[in-house]
Amino acid sequence: MQMPLLEFTAKGIYCAQADVYLDPWRGVEKAIISHGHSDHARWGSKQYITHELNVPIIKHRLGNISVSGRKYSETFTINGVQFSLHPAGHVPGSAQIRVEYQGEIWVFTGDYKTQEDGISTPFEPVKCHTFITECTFGLPVFKWDEPKQIHTNINQWWAENNTQKTTSLLMGYSLGKVQRLLKHLDPSIGKIYTHGATEEMTEVLRNFIEFPSTQRITRETTKKEIEGNLVLAPPAVMGSAWIKKLGKLSTGYASGWMAFRGARRRRAVDRAFVLSDHADWNGLLSAIKATECENVITTHGYTDLFAKYLRENGWNARTEKTQYEAETLETAAAE
Amino acid sequence: MKRFAQLIEQLDSTNKTNQKVAALTRYFEVAPKEDALWAVALLSKRRPSRPVTTTLMRQWAAEIAQLPEWLFEESYHIVGDLAETIALLVQEKGTGEAPTLTQCIEEIIALKPKTEQEKKDYITHRWKGLNNFERFVFNKILTGGFRIGVSQKLMTRALSKAVAIEENILAHRLMGEWSPQTTTFEELIFHPNPEDRISQPYPFFLAYAMEDDFMAKENPENWHIEHKWDGMRAQLIVRAGKIFLWSRGEELITDKFPELNVLAEFFPDGTVVDGELIPYKENLIGDFNALQKRIGRKSVSQKLKQAIPISIMLYDLLEWNGEDLRKEPLFKRQKLLAQFYAQLPPELPVLLSEVLQFSNWEDVAKERERAQEKRSEGLMLKHRESPYEVGRKKGAWWKWKSDPKTIDAVLTYAMRGHGRRTNLYTDYTFALWQENELVTFAKAYSGLTDAEIKQVDQFVKQNTTDRFGPVRQVKPSLVFEIAFEGIAASSRHKSGVAVRFPRILRWRHDKKINEANSLDDLKKLLP
Ligand SMILES: [Zn+2]
Repeated sequence: MQMPLLEFTAKGIYCAQADVYLDPWRGVEKAIISHGHSDHARWGSKQYITHELNVPIIKHRLGNISVSGRKYSETFTINGVQFSLHPAGHVPGSAQIRVEYQGEIWVFTGDYKTQEDGISTPFEPVKCHTFITECTFGLPVFKWDEPKQIHTNINQWWAENNTQKTTSLLMGYSLGKVQRLLKHLDPSIGKIYTHGATEEMTEVLRNFIEFPSTQRITRETTKKEIEGNLVLAPPAVMGSAWIKKLGKLSTGYASGWMAFRGARRRRAVDRAFVLSDHADWNGLLSAIKATECENVITTHGYTDLFAKYLRENGWNARTEKTQYEAETLETAAAE
Repeated sequence: MKRFAQLIEQLDSTNKTNQKVAALTRYFEVAPKEDALWAVALLSKRRPSRPVTTTLMRQWAAEIAQLPEWLFEESYHIVGDLAETIALLVQEKGTGEAPTLTQCIEEIIALKPKTEQEKKDYITHRWKGLNNFERFVFNKILTGGFRIGVSQKLMTRALSKAVAIEENILAHRLMGEWSPQTTTFEELIFHPNPEDRISQPYPFFLAYAMEDDFMAKENPENWHIEHKWDGMRAQLIVRAGKIFLWSRGEELITDKFPELNVLAEFFPDGTVVDGELIPYKENLIGDFNALQKRIGRKSVSQKLKQAIPISIMLYDLLEWNGEDLRKEPLFKRQKLLAQFYAQLPPELPVLLSEVLQFSNWEDVAKERERAQEKRSEGLMLKHRESPYEVGRKKGAWWKWKSDPKTIDAVLTYAMRGHGRRTNLYTDYTFALWQENELVTFAKAYSGLTDAEIKQVDQFVKQNTTDRFGPVRQVKPSLVFEIAFEGIAASSRHKSGVAVRFPRILRWRHDKKINEANSLDDLKKLLP
């Protein structure tokens, strides 16, 4: 029997023919990285290849590493295997990784979404035989509303807080979510402040994306100064001492998990916004159809359920275990 | 309906009490009166009876969402709430016209006698016409169980602000049997007709668990001590020659305890007492399990009545000669009650809870140690000057329960939590050793920290040996200390023992499963 083009090994997704790993979770010789989130871009490999926009992001996150950047659709060959990166629409610089050898094509999605977010290059389906897909939100209960409506709601919430002299604390993941939120904030309502972690990552992205201006919160920042304005921060600040210095607050959290009432209540924020950087149920199904693939491998998320549904609908689908799980209901709801 | 759904969404999206009260108050001020009345009814657990089974609702929702039934069921397990699952799966924008809350509920009431097809047509039509959250609220009205973190007390406080009537008076007006179908907002809230309301109970006064520094601060001579009898709290009303018995959950339970009917002849009109229903036979108090058997039955057979006769142990006198005594100090009410009790014939199914007084706290502690022998759960400490207040209030009444019993048991099954903890395994089944087998003895869920719950959840997911729907059997390896309040022999339990209020006290990381207790150890605790 012929070896599969990509295998799931103890270190990550492996292409033996090219001796390359895709998003490995252990240190390897050569790694191709789909995007900059910590569960996909891990420390410890000798050589990284990734999209050019992701280069400054993972350098910021992983420090001094050896990394080379590629453009979308640019083909590079390693030991006869052709690789190319294609927009995944997940976060800036995120890519699906296409692998072709002797006419057989596999695509590994990393994380992706089919909605446009205004900061990431929009998702482009890539035709293939085998599609390795994430399914973080691979349940039919997930159906995202138009992002435009969510951003309008966020600005309304901020404007309302502003009239109450209450500061709006808006929380989301430091890479991608926060910048997506920032991009659509209405600076005519007030000033936008940032937590240090948020500011640093945003600074990296400012090199190639335009954002409203932000001001980092420091020890000198007073409650009076930020009153009625908006503060962007990572979710981990909830319940920390840092938050107490902000004065009278209304808290908001943007995540796909906020679709669940239980998760909303557990988060205990004043406002929950259902906004995700992952594909919803229909997004996953339309992406799979567009690849015209025969085989689907589901990785992180509701893998078993999703694969079973795909099998019932004519795909040859199975599940593989990976260590990609930055965002699960547990971490989103309980951290 | 739109306005009410928005209210529920607001209540749901904040955990700050004053914001909840503000949202409710605003609703009561602006909503049409008939809708406001239904809102009061729904938030005090008065809902129309369910017109369809949840099985049918599941089938119809799966059909609309074009999903196989297994995927609907899996989604339900993960979401944890049927109303919400349906709301999420029926993916419609909700551009149809929403009915008013009153219209909607009247439609639901009218649905009951209709054919299955008519019910399906109506419900699916409404699902498609409402938006996500309205659909959720509609389903909650259909299936009942509005758990949105709004107590009746909170609702009453908001209503009190909206209508400018004192909270205590309002709380009383909202008690007992009424329905928006038979009364109006005006009648219920502003002009209650006393003739119509002879069955109306007073809100129960509930105690907090005693705080650590209590004894240091308080002089025992100001406190009346009673045993906390291990039965079912109830309020007994005799007005206009009729008797009414209410449970703490505001359920009329007169029919379940027919042996108390005789009291209508001996209690004068306009008498309301607070007490505890307890099994009492041949001058002995029975155990709580016996009472459970009585509560569990819809109709009471002569045989059961004779096997487990019930008496009411009197605590307090709330109304006397038609006069509300709740503002009088406790010692006066108790004195009146004792005088009244003294002239009752001794064979009646009524007892008086003895009022004890001590000059030092050591003696109180000693009395508490007699709880098991007296068949009580511990002590009640009531300030001698205290009025009878509404709901759970700190300060004047405290409960001091006897030490709970504990046992080390092995985790054997786990189930996903519902509501707040969907997707985590939070409901556990515990077992004790019998020979070389583990025998289930209790289910418990509360007591662990969030971090521990996550660890146990991980363990469950990695050590599943079998699955039965939402339940997972796990490899016996974790030991927990389980606390419980009462214990009784039971033929209905496989273990032969029933425990009351089991809860997880702590995770015994230090114990291996062979160090867990045996069923025989548990049985030694039987009284
Ligand atoms: Zn990601």
